[in-house]
Amino acid sequence: MKKLLSGLLLPCLLFISTFAIPTVRAENPPTNDLERGKAIAFDRNAGNCLACHAIDDGELPGNSGPPLMQMALRFPDRDVLRAQIWDATVRNPNTVMPPYGKHKILSDEELDLVVDYLLTL
Amino acid sequence: MSINTKSNGSVSKAPGSVIAGFVTLFSYGLLYGLASSAPAYAEPEADRQAMRAHYEKRFSGIPIEAHKDGVYAFDEDAREQWLELEDFPPYEIAVDEGEEFFNIPLADGATYSDCFGDGAIKSQYPYFDEERSEVITLELAINDCRRQHGEEPLPYNGAEIVRLSAYIAFLSRGQIIAVAEPVSEPALAAYNDGKRFYSSRRGQLNFACSSCHVQLAGKRLRSERLSASLGHVSHWPTYRLKWQDVGSLHRRFARCNKQVGAEPFAQQSPEYRNLEYFLTYISNGLPLNGPAIRK
Repeated sequence: MKKLLSGLLLPCLLFISTFAIPTVRAENPPTNDLERGKAIAFDRNAGNCLACHAIDDGELPGNSGPPLMQMALRFPDRDVLRAQIWDATVRNPNTVMPPYGKHKILSDEELDLVVDYLLTL
Repeated sequence: MSINTKSNGSVSKAPGSVIAGFVTLFSYGLLYGLASSAPAYAEPEADRQAMRAHYEKRFSGIPIEAHKDGVYAFDEDAREQWLELEDFPPYEIAVDEGEEFFNIPLADGATYSDCFGDGAIKSQYPYFDEERSEVITLELAINDCRRQHGEEPLPYNGAEIVRLSAYIAFLSRGQIIAVAEPVSEPALAAYNDGKRFYSSRRGQLNFACSSCHVQLAGKRLRSERLSASLGHVSHWPTYRLKWQDVGSLHRRFARCNKQVGAEPFAQQSPEYRNLEYFLTYISNGLPLNGPAIRK
């Protein structure tokens, strides 16, 4: 399994995330929704993404996960990013990242707001 | 993930295959929550060596024994502030109170000395009692002593037992952790139960103990560094600034479980005693340095 992950899957993922061409999303959500998404992402009692990830101007971020930048480039398919936050263990069983959707840490609406915000980074 | 991959890659030969097996075990633990289908366990001593190798690699230049100080082993700034707290250690009163409790005669006129000699005995715990077929911790032994001498057992979440154990920990400073290797089937079962607990994901956040303290050890959550598993058991009871009091290792276990959104177990439950047994065994060789101060 590990061999498969590191030998095959990982390079594939890297390839996809590095070289795939981003699709243009139909429309940007209104700014206030983006702000709501950011607030949820930063809130210690909600997304608390800063616990592990450096994000934009977020203060005192952790470094347990990768910095969240160039997200539209890394996740040209919005659904893939959403699925990753919903339950990151699907793609990587060893990930420490909490399954935000599956374990109802965020509601569907909150999750969508966070995804839209992250795609602006 | 990269951590496991790296560790595996670096220890592929000879005795390393056992090590790789253990690191893989943690991955399996993270993969499957170590369900009953988990692969056969490596020997406890191989586990201990694997853990030491993991942290030696991760914290290069930091001796394994230094992890008795938790994050202060490798976080220089935090260490300085922490050492300043030791100028007037807030656990001192608890140690003094523990000494008083220790010397109060029990119902039949005996004292704790009749059970624990001069009190410098912490390194004898925990151990697996073959007759009772369970892990005996210091706290359990304190209550056994009380029952033997006509006293009611103390509540494990109360102030008195933590003060008694703070005094005993203080007298035992510098002793080396040396838990006998589990050999019998029941002892191995208890050890493996603790090990399984450590690598099983739980709670809303879906974290295993090992997620943070093996896989991410040394990294930061917000501004807090994550400490290594080795040394987690060396310094209890501990005065936590958050608690404004000394508390036990099991209280800390419960707090950790709650923090990830999981149901905590009772102090001195079989689950937490087995966990303590596993963690203390793999910390063999580190000195005892309780009581201590933590945030």
